[in-house]
Amino acid sequence: MAIDAATVRKVARLARIREPEERLEPLAQELNTIISWIEQLEEVDTDGVEPMTSVVAVALPLRDDVVTEGGDTRRILSNAPKSADGFFIVPKVVE
Amino acid sequence: MSEKSKLIQGRTGPWEIVLGLEIHAQVASNSKLFSGAAVGFGAGPNEQVALVDAAMPGMLPVINRHCVEQAVRAGLGLNAQINLWSRFDRKNYFYPDLPQGYQISQFKDPIVGEGVVEVERDDGTTFIVGVERLHLEQDAGKSIHDLDPNFTYVDLNRAGTALMEIVSKPDMRSSEEAASYVKKIRTILRYLGACDGDMEKGNLRADVNVSVRRPGAELGTRCEIKNVNSYRYIQQAIEYEARRQIEILEDGGSIHQETRLFDPTKIETRSMRSKEEAHDYRYFPDPDLLPLVLDPAWVQSIKDSLPELPDPKRKRFESQYGLSHYDAGVLVADQARAAFYEQAAAGRDAKLVANWTVNNLLGRLAENGGDIETSPIPPEDIAGLVKLIEDGVISSKIAKEVFDHMWAGEGAPAQVVEKFGLVQITDTGAIEASIDKIMAANPDKVEAAKERPQALGWFVGQVMRDTGGKANPAAVNEILKVKLGL
Repeated sequence: MAIDAATVRKVARLARIREPEERLEPLAQELNTIISWIEQLEEVDTDGVEPMTSVVAVALPLRDDVVTEGGDTRRILSNAPKSADGFFIVPKVVE
Repeated sequence: MSEKSKLIQGRTGPWEIVLGLEIHAQVASNSKLFSGAAVGFGAGPNEQVALVDAAMPGMLPVINRHCVEQAVRAGLGLNAQINLWSRFDRKNYFYPDLPQGYQISQFKDPIVGEGVVEVERDDGTTFIVGVERLHLEQDAGKSIHDLDPNFTYVDLNRAGTALMEIVSKPDMRSSEEAASYVKKIRTILRYLGACDGDMEKGNLRADVNVSVRRPGAELGTRCEIKNVNSYRYIQQAIEYEARRQIEILEDGGSIHQETRLFDPTKIETRSMRSKEEAHDYRYFPDPDLLPLVLDPAWVQSIKDSLPELPDPKRKRFESQYGLSHYDAGVLVADQARAAFYEQAAAGRDAKLVANWTVNNLLGRLAENGGDIETSPIPPEDIAGLVKLIEDGVISSKIAKEVFDHMWAGEGAPAQVVEKFGLVQITDTGAIEASIDKIMAANPDKVEAAKERPQALGWFVGQVMRDTGGKANPAAVNEILKVKLGL
């Protein structure tokens, strides 16, 4: 699998990371190097081995359906650059 | 409905609509899917938000057992495969009302697999819709665009609320079929208590996948219409979208797969270009959550606790009470209606109770925009009314008058009958007196009736009028025949 500058541009856009045009080619090369290391792992025979879903062999804990949080609007909004009347306020999103 | 009548006639020949639905049903729960914040309607902005919902760094999601149970119940109610091993994935996209930058959903391994639902059309015929899957996911928050011309306001109260997404196979062929399918899913979920089905509040809404093709041809390219939240809108959106696609194809164009929005005021769909790039969701397993493993014994205990579902209940109503397929269908469409009916029908003429419940009570409630929950008449009064008819105290005709008084809050049927003097006259003396009076006043009619016995009906009518409709019709007929020598 090879990554080109166009792929880097697309992935950066999807991740909302701004990369100048002249950085795309060097980034593609870096990513290709990383991917080629990962490809080495494919040499390991994994037939009959279950994919690992977690590093700890425990089941997902479940909680009871009770209300334990909320009613803390001030704290929820405390990091917001802009808020009013209990709302987060963000630049206009046009739909 | 015949196969042919479902086709749409274009300028260049017939087209077939192919529809698949994704229904989003909010799980009826006290708290959210992965946090202990309350779920509900009407709280102030951002009052029902936990730190997990606001995606504060270092917060971890912990799943709500009740929500998992409701998904399993729904899966069982849809006759679907319950997957004992399922997993949560991150669906990545950016939007201001999605603070995490991803929605926790289930992509590759959903909690519920394939199922089937039998759906009835308005004309009583049935069709089968395959269920592809049901998975659990988080709802997003709410963006409000009209409070300020320059800013969008965000309320995260809904963020993190548990949704069940039910994905159908492309098994529907008309807008009516799609609406009937949604109705059926809603009924099943309400029976199970898994979702309250309140479409006005958006607790049940659908994304509709629409494509068209020549009859028998390969599937066409589809467009997805997002978030349609009423039966009428679902039908209107489909009708409009199918027409739009046919126009393009008949003009030699091709359909571009895209997400569209339904505008209920203009009754049209339009492109949501902003969603195009977002379609690359880059799903991957959520490292914050372990796989969800269900104990088969727990699933079995959920199965054992399921209520009687609409399909078997309808069959039982038909066989146990001798109801028509239609009446049984109307009564089981809502659990509260069915319970009302069974309470009223106990020990009474079950078909008569069904008539009064379906035709009179539900009809009157619908005219007033209500349903059985808002009935001013309790089930025991419907039973009481039917008993008065059974006992010959009132005729069916008078019963309608009694019903009107009951509706107006005049009390139980026996009280109404007494209060308004509506008891049926079975006293032959009184009926005879009335008949004698009418015969004396109309000697020509008497002669005519002797020649032509069909004219008896005229006398019955006169007697009923004379007695204010209270004379027992059978008694009137009998006495008239004797007096007229028929």
